Amino acid sequence: MAFINLKKKEVQVKIVYYGPGRGGKTTNLEYIFKKFQERIKSDMVSIKTHGDRTLYFDFFPFDIGKIKGYDIKVNLYTVPGQVKYNATRRLVLQGVDGVVFVADSMALRREHNFLSLKNLQENLAAYNKNIFKIPLVLQYNKRDLAKQGIQLLTIERMEKDLNSKLKVPSFGASAMSGENVVPTLKKIISIAVASLHKELK
Amino acid sequence: MEYGFGQKELDRVESILKEELIDIGVNVTLLIDMAGNIIARCDDGNCQHDLYSLAALAAGNFGAVNAMAQIVGEENFTLLFHKGESESIHFSKVEDDFLLITIFGNDVSLGFLRLRVEEVAKKIKDSLLYKTMLLANLLDSESDAD
Ligand SMILES: Nc1nc2c(ncn2[C@@H]2O[C@H](COP(=O)(O)OP(=O)(O)O)[C@@H](O)[C@H]2O)c(=O)[nH]1
Ligand SMILES: [Mg+2]
Repeated sequence: MAFINLKKKEVQVKIVYYGPGRGGKTTNLEYIFKKFQERIKSDMVSIKTHGDRTLYFDFFPFDIGKIKGYDIKVNLYTVPGQVKYNATRRLVLQGVDGVVFVADSMALRREHNFLSLKNLQENLAAYNKNIFKIPLVLQYNKRDLAKQGIQLLTIERMEKDLNSKLKVPSFGASAMSGENVVPTLKKIISIAVASLHKELK
Repeated sequence: MEYGFGQKELDRVESILKEELIDIGVNVTLLIDMAGNIIARCDDGNCQHDLYSLAALAAGNFGAVNAMAQIVGEENFTLLFHKGESESIHFSKVEDDFLLITIFGNDVSLGFLRLRVEEVAKKIKDSLLYKTMLLANLLDSESDAD
């Protein structure tokens, strides 16, 4: 649950980028970090293996300014996507306020997307959270690869595969070029903040 | 989360942190939740550390250590201590949902600090409110502000 300090008028919101390994979660955070560097006072924390894969999480806090008079601090996290790191992945989800699910558009990775989304549902359930209720945005990443002739799943296919029941906002994106990275972030923040507001009512 | 703090209780927690810890020479103290959010903080006025990242890592670290405890059949480890050249860091669990972090230099003895941390943890527990009370409390102060 987000933390609200009424006196300091400050809200801390935890957003987690989830998805299959190599889908582009870390690249999303790196893009956001570079793009807004002058507004982020910390370094990006990355706990990774020697092979440069995420071992635990990437993290940085992001001050997005005021909403309704409250200073909103968004703590952005990624999880390690590899199947064997489920214990740490679950730990990162503790107290999550919103999830961006980064799916891989490559046709070869279709199965990985399914499995990871199912794994998200299970891990949320471990904290008594429902994937149908938690603020969630889907991102279909790596759309740029179409130009290189790599076979991609169509957006319609991915919507059917992943979003037919969830019916949450979704974006085709390229974390590499930055296309739709910021709109994805803005969307999840606005949904998460709106849901907090409801919780307080 | 089952518990939380109202604004009045939070003010009380910050003054406890100051009187019991900062005033005996502790450099920084933070109360965080297991999600890595900072609930309350207090420092001696010359803290340059990136406390948000520290909180994220501390929550992750504590979560990992507790997961290890379960693997080896311990219920959990309630405190952790890391000693550095000039600054050391101490973590102590408060109920199941919070972590009290203190960073201190060589001028503070570990034994004394531990006693203080224990007392502080007790006092913090007394300031906890159940979530339903907390929400009522929040709504109260919301309407006060309007
Ligand atoms: N072409 C392309 N490659 C990407 C994109 N996003 C990530 N990648 C690459 O995919 C690999 C895995 O990305 P990473 O962010 O580490 O994935 P993570 O495991 O989800 O954190 C890296 O080599 C990235 O450069 C994208 O939008 N387009
Ligand atoms: Mg990664």
